[in-house]
Amino acid sequence: MGNTQSLKRIIATDCGSTTTKSILIEYIDGEYRQTVRGEAPTTVEKPLNDVTKGVINAVVELEELARLKYNDSSISFIKDGNIFISDNDDGVNAYVSTSSAGGGLQMMVTGVVAKMTGESAERAALGAGAIVMDLIASNDKRPNHEKIERIRQLRPDMILMAGGVDGGTTKHVAEMAELVGAADPKPRLGSSYKLPIIYAGNNKARDIVKEALEEKTDLIITDNLRPTLEVENLGPARDKIHDLFMEHVMAQAPGYNKLMTWTVGPINGKLENIPIMPTPAAVGNIMQAIAKHNNIEVLGVDIGGATTDIFSVFTKKFIFNRTVSANLGMSYSISNVLASAGLENILRWVPFDIDESELRNMIKNKMIRPTTIPQELEELVLEQAIAKEALRYAFIQHKEFAVGLKGGQKKREIADAFAQSLSGETIVNMMSLDLLVGSGGVMSHAPRRNQSVMLLLDGFLPEGITRLAVDSIFMMPHLGVLTEISEKAATEVFDKDCMVYLGTCVAPVGRIKPDKVSLSAKIELPNGEVFEEDIKFGEIRLIPLGVGEKAKAILKPGRGLDLGNGKNQELETELHGGVVGIVLDTRGRRPFIIPVEASERVPLLKKWMRELKAYPDKILK
Amino acid sequence: MAQAYSAGLTVTDSIVLKKDRILPLKGTVKVKKGDKVKAEDLVAETLLPGKVVPFNLANKLGVPPNFVKEYIKIKAGDELKKGQVIAESKGFFGLFKTSIKSPIDGEVENISNITGQLLLREPRIPVQIKAFIDGLVVEVIENEGVIIENKSAYVQGIFGIGGETTGKLKVLAESPDEIIEAKKIDDSCKDKIIVSGSMVTYDVIKKAQNVGVGGIITGGIDDRDLKKLLGYNIGVAITGHEDIGITIVVTEGFGKIKMANKTFELLKKFDGHKTSIHGKTQIRAGVMRPEIIIPIKFKEEELKVPKEHMPTLEIGTTIRVIRQPNFGVIGKVTGLPEKLTKVESETLVRILEAKLENGQKVTIPRANVEVIEE
Repeated sequence: MGNTQSLKRIIATDCGSTTTKSILIEYIDGEYRQTVRGEAPTTVEKPLNDVTKGVINAVVELEELARLKYNDSSISFIKDGNIFISDNDDGVNAYVSTSSAGGGLQMMVTGVVAKMTGESAERAALGAGAIVMDLIASNDKRPNHEKIERIRQLRPDMILMAGGVDGGTTKHVAEMAELVGAADPKPRLGSSYKLPIIYAGNNKARDIVKEALEEKTDLIITDNLRPTLEVENLGPARDKIHDLFMEHVMAQAPGYNKLMTWTVGPINGKLENIPIMPTPAAVGNIMQAIAKHNNIEVLGVDIGGATTDIFSVFTKKFIFNRTVSANLGMSYSISNVLASAGLENILRWVPFDIDESELRNMIKNKMIRPTTIPQELEELVLEQAIAKEALRYAFIQHKEFAVGLKGGQKKREIADAFAQSLSGETIVNMMSLDLLVGSGGVMSHAPRRNQSVMLLLDGFLPEGITRLAVDSIFMMPHLGVLTEISEKAATEVFDKDCMVYLGTCVAPVGRIKPDKVSLSAKIELPNGEVFEEDIKFGEIRLIPLGVGEKAKAILKPGRGLDLGNGKNQELETELHGGVVGIVLDTRGRRPFIIPVEASERVPLLKKWMRELKAYPDKILK
Repeated sequence: MAQAYSAGLTVTDSIVLKKDRILPLKGTVKVKKGDKVKAEDLVAETLLPGKVVPFNLANKLGVPPNFVKEYIKIKAGDELKKGQVIAESKGFFGLFKTSIKSPIDGEVENISNITGQLLLREPRIPVQIKAFIDGLVVEVIENEGVIIENKSAYVQGIFGIGGETTGKLKVLAESPDEIIEAKKIDDSCKDKIIVSGSMVTYDVIKKAQNVGVGGIITGGIDDRDLKKLLGYNIGVAITGHEDIGITIVVTEGFGKIKMANKTFELLKKFDGHKTSIHGKTQIRAGVMRPEIIIPIKFKEEELKVPKEHMPTLEIGTTIRVIRQPNFGVIGKVTGLPEKLTKVESETLVRILEAKLENGQKVTIPRANVEVIEE
């Protein structure tokens, strides 16, 4: 682990599909801060075909900005066309990078039982930062010839094969190995090398798998990721995925061989190579570091143009889960949000009338011209309505995936007897969640931060007391890979420069009649003012409370409702402020219902949006 | 600096084009460097491996997998005929024998003693690559394919469906904003590539399919019609594989949008010419747009492919507005202010000033225009 003596200046880049983003982190006055940032188009595709060109451009921007900031023209990060790492105080002491260029890491996984070993394999691949193109399992009901066709068509970067517990029956694993062998799959990035396959299944079947696949593929064998039904051991498989990502996938991508030699930093006082990490794996890293560091539960979302990634860290054991909703996004796959959610579900968030045909064509036009920006207010409202549905859908998929292990017999101890979840039940608990973080264009670039709050509220329906934040410039990947050399630097920058705290949401759970009191709140603000109100069901209140400020609150849920202490139980707590403030949301949870009839729905939406100051008044009259 | 990079689609009456015609797997190239080829000529072919057919022999024989080897009459690599006996049980004293026959013509890929499963492979499938455009073979990539060059009038579409097709161009619309009616399509349109104006309706497409029209070029299409036509919603923009017997190239976007004058005039100029089109669209990772290619006469020495460049926005550049308001309208850039500006949606963006075709002066986010390349 690097120490502050040897780590004064760090450069981190994230090479995305379209943009390479660079940040400079410096050790100033006893703490790490992110000081300047730059960006340049990614150059992995034609005509430049060399990722390092884009990296250099992004770092040159950092260099220029740093020179301006410190009025010192001698600052230099680049020497002879390379990023220059030195161990003295004047230069850069470490360079780290993540990458999702060229479509990221695309994997196929196999298992015997889809809901057991298949799911564990999927979790390992997703956790390592991959997009899982398909899960093929012995029991997935597709006939074998279809499975073979599918494997052949997919052309993944690598395959992860799981199946069986150690010492169990080998027949199904053997069958899957035969199917994969018959399909003779080819890697995505060219046919000049063999497709890497990681086998992490029943240890008794290793020889059988070797016989079927060793000649045709680049087979790597590692520990079983599900050695028994009760235990999941994803570490060794994830590590192998990362090794192969570097050795095979990255090495095939133009310029990465050079980039891999640049990423170095001090480990135990010596300059060592720091592997390039898949972007989502790095985000997972920082989320886990933050959860452990602050002892909290965290849920994060990155809603992009093509995909929506959700990351979560729940339970006292800090169990990490990541899902990729590969076809839910705000531009390339915006049309798929319409196909998945349906028109009514999108329209239920729209506070005005719109013709179906007009909306459909607008969505398709955004799909074919993904970089356009809503110029008219109505189009912004529509895009944000679509975003809410994309978030809601991606979150449903996440909750279904982030579950306890299925198939095992659980040992129940007295202490667990009441708290333990059933086998296969989701571990996502919105009531115990502490921090909800949003990122991605639609969230980070919303013209008003109040709109980001609204997106998080409507998309995720947080319960009880939850802090809300956005990652302003999507710095989480950079910080995630930085944890590899300095967790201190990563967590300090995360807290001070990465997060824009929006405020805190208070939402009682349950549903009561609209004329009944849902929340009695007494909030003492730092300026001495006291907010006190018995808020009826179906309302929103916004109370300004600045960044870094705290307010003492006594909160009593309405009859039959719960704020986290149990039904009808009062809660005395401290609420954190942010750029938006405290939001009291009494619209109900479990269920949260919006009326279907436009005559009822539209006035309600307008009331909530006005209260939240989400849009200019002219559209909410 | 009054210039910036921007997205753009090419519309030109003369460009040197280069097309890679590459096999999905290695095979045989049928032409040589310097050959003049027609769009419909075969340039390369190969055989794709046949489909794998798993066959659970142990089950059919009713024996444990490791007993299969005692009954089997074939080995890996053998050629097979449908109906050929591949395994036979011994029965009792030579009676009640079970004969298992091959379900396919093909070959034996693998026999497993662990699962008792046979993997059989169907015969290879021939794949042929045609030239797609009239032109000159300028390079042969051994066993893989060729590169063909020509000089063409050329239009990039924004979205399309359906694969490659070639036919004579037939402009049916009188003006770029006409919505042609189904009755305009008759037998004379068979195998032609017809041109509509601002939109093509479901009825028109249906009639075109029935008559055997090769392709349709249109300014716009309604998403509901597209869904009705395909039977499903297009979720992500990866198209070109639709098997509907017709190719559609959309030049402007979804909805009723007047075809750009320049595009319409160009197509009118080449009315009756042989034209190659495809609807392949991919908006992520290696952008691909549909193309309209009308080969024109050329001399070999003219074939110099211009360097790829990013279109730039400058004062005087012709642009098309690609988002509301004024979606689809053409204009000229009159100003490129540097500072960020707040637009109606309160988004802070870099804008440009433009004078539209109808004389209106507007400011538009730079992200919401497309350069029309001259």
